[in-house]
Amino acid sequence: MSEIPSELKYTKSHEWVRDENDGSVTVGITDHAQALLGDLVFVELPEIGTEMSAEDAACVVESVKAASDVYMPVSGEVIAVNEELADAPETINDSPYDDGWLIKIKLSNPDELSDLMDADSYEVEAAED
Amino acid sequence: MLEAIGITDTDALFEEIPSHLRISGLDGIPQGMTEMEISRLMHQRAAQNNQAVCFLGAGAYEHHIPAAVWQLTTRGEFYTAYTPYQAEASQGTLQLTYEYQSMMTALTDMDVSNASLYDGASALAEAILMAVRGNRKSKSRKILIPRTVHPAYRKTADTIVSGQNIELVEVDYDRASGTVQLDAIEKAAGDDITAVVIQQPSFFGTLEDVDTITDWAHQNNALVISVTNPLSIAVLKPPGQWGDSGADIACGDGQPLGAPLSCGGPYYGFLCCTKALVRQMPGRIVGRTTDVDGKEGFVLTLQAREQHIRRSKATSNICTNQGLVITASTIHMAILGPRGLEHTAAACHANTRELVAQLSGIEGVSTAFSAPVFHESVLLLDRPADEVLDALAEQDILGGYDLAADYPELGHAMLVCATELRTEEEIVAYRTALQAILAVETRHQEIA
Amino acid sequence: MLIHEHSQPGRRGAPQAPVDKADLSDIPRHLLRQDRAGLPEVSELQAVRHYTRLSKKNFSIDTHFYPLGSCTMKYNPRACNTLAMLPGFLSRHPLTPDKYSQGFLVCMYELQSMLCEAMGMAAFSLAPMAGAQGEFSGIKMISAYHKANNDDARKEILVPDAAHGTNPATATMCGYTVREIPTLDNGDVDLDALRQATGPQTAGLMLTNPSTLGVFERHIESIAAIVHEAGGLLYYDGANLNAILGKIRPGDMGFDVIHTNLHKTFSTPHGGGGPGSGAVGVAERLKPFLPLPMVAENNGRYHCVAEQDAPHSIGYLSAFMGNAGVLLRAYIYMRMLGKAGMERVAEFATLNANYMMAVAKRRGFQLAIPERRASHEFIITLKKEASELHVTAMDFAKRLLDLGYHAPTTYFPLLVPECLLIEPTESEAKEALDGFMDALEQIREEAKTDPEMVTTAPHTLPVKRLDEVSAARNLDLAWKA
Repeated sequence: MSEIPSELKYTKSHEWVRDENDGSVTVGITDHAQALLGDLVFVELPEIGTEMSAEDAACVVESVKAASDVYMPVSGEVIAVNEELADAPETINDSPYDDGWLIKIKLSNPDELSDLMDADSYEVEAAED
Repeated sequence: MLEAIGITDTDALFEEIPSHLRISGLDGIPQGMTEMEISRLMHQRAAQNNQAVCFLGAGAYEHHIPAAVWQLTTRGEFYTAYTPYQAEASQGTLQLTYEYQSMMTALTDMDVSNASLYDGASALAEAILMAVRGNRKSKSRKILIPRTVHPAYRKTADTIVSGQNIELVEVDYDRASGTVQLDAIEKAAGDDITAVVIQQPSFFGTLEDVDTITDWAHQNNALVISVTNPLSIAVLKPPGQWGDSGADIACGDGQPLGAPLSCGGPYYGFLCCTKALVRQMPGRIVGRTTDVDGKEGFVLTLQAREQHIRRSKATSNICTNQGLVITASTIHMAILGPRGLEHTAAACHANTRELVAQLSGIEGVSTAFSAPVFHESVLLLDRPADEVLDALAEQDILGGYDLAADYPELGHAMLVCATELRTEEEIVAYRTALQAILAVETRHQEIA
Repeated sequence: MLIHEHSQPGRRGAPQAPVDKADLSDIPRHLLRQDRAGLPEVSELQAVRHYTRLSKKNFSIDTHFYPLGSCTMKYNPRACNTLAMLPGFLSRHPLTPDKYSQGFLVCMYELQSMLCEAMGMAAFSLAPMAGAQGEFSGIKMISAYHKANNDDARKEILVPDAAHGTNPATATMCGYTVREIPTLDNGDVDLDALRQATGPQTAGLMLTNPSTLGVFERHIESIAAIVHEAGGLLYYDGANLNAILGKIRPGDMGFDVIHTNLHKTFSTPHGGGGPGSGAVGVAERLKPFLPLPMVAENNGRYHCVAEQDAPHSIGYLSAFMGNAGVLLRAYIYMRMLGKAGMERVAEFATLNANYMMAVAKRRGFQLAIPERRASHEFIITLKKEASELHVTAMDFAKRLLDLGYHAPTTYFPLLVPECLLIEPTESEAKEALDGFMDALEQIREEAKTDPEMVTTAPHTLPVKRLDEVSAARNLDLAWKA
């Protein structure tokens, strides 16, 4: 059973979102996603300052057997990226919700947060996979 | 076997195929031949291809290939092996490919090489796609391509990239030198250029000002794609050393390194790049790793970029590489070594120098360009090149390549080449034949 | 050891290059190489020994039964190689005038014609250098056709979800968006889904038949009708031609454009990964768009079609004649087989596959689509073995290597979990097929009694299981001094 922290929000494409309560959110991929991908070998992160809309492809996470896009759960500007992942992409496998965070976004439209799934809905979604 | 399947006739195996679409046989195909019969036929046909002395280059070059190269390459274990997807059972192919990659990076002085693409022309197309993907600082998707790049490469690049919103901008060359000049490049560039393609030696055989153009490109946020003859860079400055920081993507055709002319193929396209661009590289790549016991081994790597995983988001649709041909090329490079390649390349240069000196001494023949050349040169004639080349062919001399179709502005011009294979006797025989041909008054008017 | 590790400065195959280095002083110094390229310096004997030994580390058709599904690993007749490498072909420059190239051009022309006949198409171009380039040409021609008809709304290419990865990748390269059509459990394309997905936005459908699941697409006529009625064209991926050669032709099934894999069906060498050849054939309405070069005939003389005579061609795909040597080998193969031989290909390829499938079933292996006939290949799913015995298809594959068999294709098509896609080809004798099935059964037994033997296989090869994760994380792609 994959871990699905209850305080986070989720997307259908297996991203998690943590509301930092300061107009920004932190984004990563779920435990379910990292298990499906297998050992990660490379992460491609966007440049700080990039503006994107919800559902735009923001990052690429690459394992030996797959390379998947990670999508913006909400619209906004990328204000931080997890530089550690350049040398240690496996951090995502080991700690998908903490040390394995991918990017931080400054929200351009805070209302979009309410479109995201809660932990229970995501659990159903992940089980269907 | 039929019993095991539970049928009495093999026809039952095809029962799922709509019967009204079935054909009764392949009536239009001729009857089969024994090996003896096909051998006779192919010997006859091979003999029909004229065996002339070759002074023709234009992208495919006749070189000496050590006998061991194709003897080893056609060993069943290389010839009939498949793509190394089961790495443990393919360490021969995988290690050889790693050695190939190593040799190409050394020759081009670039960081990374892939396991080859189909040919030089399609490799240029892939290099362009790569530059567009990899150049974050440019949005224009415009690529500068000088007319001194091989015409067939430009046509192929156009066929392959035109469906993807990429503009290939042509840059004309300087008529006097036969090279492309910086001011022409600057003028064609406009505001935003994604990449500049430089061929060295150029299609004309001339040597371009690679350092100046490379530095200009980098100062203007454009990537540099080099197209080089891989034999020539044994003695010419390799792309990794152009300008201050070297080319970003290096490609070309590997044919001069161990692939026979063979009617045009199979050759191979080599593709090398800087470390920064490695994840944009299409095609297969072999990496060195260890097995569970810590023993050195080789595997296909970075496959996540490729079609069988990424599917519609792949870097390219490419699946095969030119495995057999790079096998030959690797063995060829190993046997010749850097010194052998240097001597061969230098001999090509010297022979062409001699050829040009001999031929331009004839009345009615002159050299077209002032720039130094490697092993090809453009000669101007007092009458259409096709007439002259036809007359030479009648005497079993393949004199060169007629430039009239691709460069009509040059008038009567042909591209000649002499590799290390050409002897003094052959060059003198060419001179004698050409002199005789041109002594006959031309039926055509001279170009003013 | 790498060849580089045998290197000593000054060593080389001395007789292989001119003795002296000619003068290069007429080339400006800044254009010359000042260092020496870091290539290995070895004697000729060292090189020969090194590469001979490397070759022995490979599995190959010549040494092992190689039932790789979708790859058609049939015997490569040696005559094809010897005759294609006759000096008259080997030393011919591609730009030699047609007048002096009749011996080569007639072979190319006859190859085009034989392919037309065998495939039921109106014309063929030999230009594409691989299946993927053949696909590219095909989709490009479909695009050119719609453009010529001022039909700009067609932006979608349909692809079954079971398709080979090159299909969607090709569609994207040609500027299309890809729409996937689901496949039913019985292996047929979902016709209802197809009907719903087609419309004025449909440029075409890419299909393999038999499909990648190893079964014949029974409703092919309905599929063709649906797509054609919507104004789209039908593209055929010829990867599985070995199953139907001489039985049915893609042209007769309604396909507008097809690519063949000469390195599969027509036995040109796989060479450790290439070169291939993806000759592409078309129905009448796509003829104007065929890629160059093509060979034409006029009064018994042959010539390459000039650019100005093919104004609507999608263009060139290579600098010269594509993989000419490969084309010669395919030609020689087809002439040797002839009518009767070619008609036997599908017959025996299908017989061998169905026999193996029957044996597999009898021995308790689970077939992916048990109720259907196999084409030239079939799929076993090891789902049950994976969950009960904790050995995967990958483990089975690696253990097969120990037992002297190259593994079948694994994990493709993606639709079938833990699958082995097995294609024996027509070249193999019954003993090879039986031996392979015995080996599979042995591995299943081992999985019960000694699972580690299987999960840590291979044990008898030059290396054991390789660390692919490390290879991707710590890229080591070239030897550096």
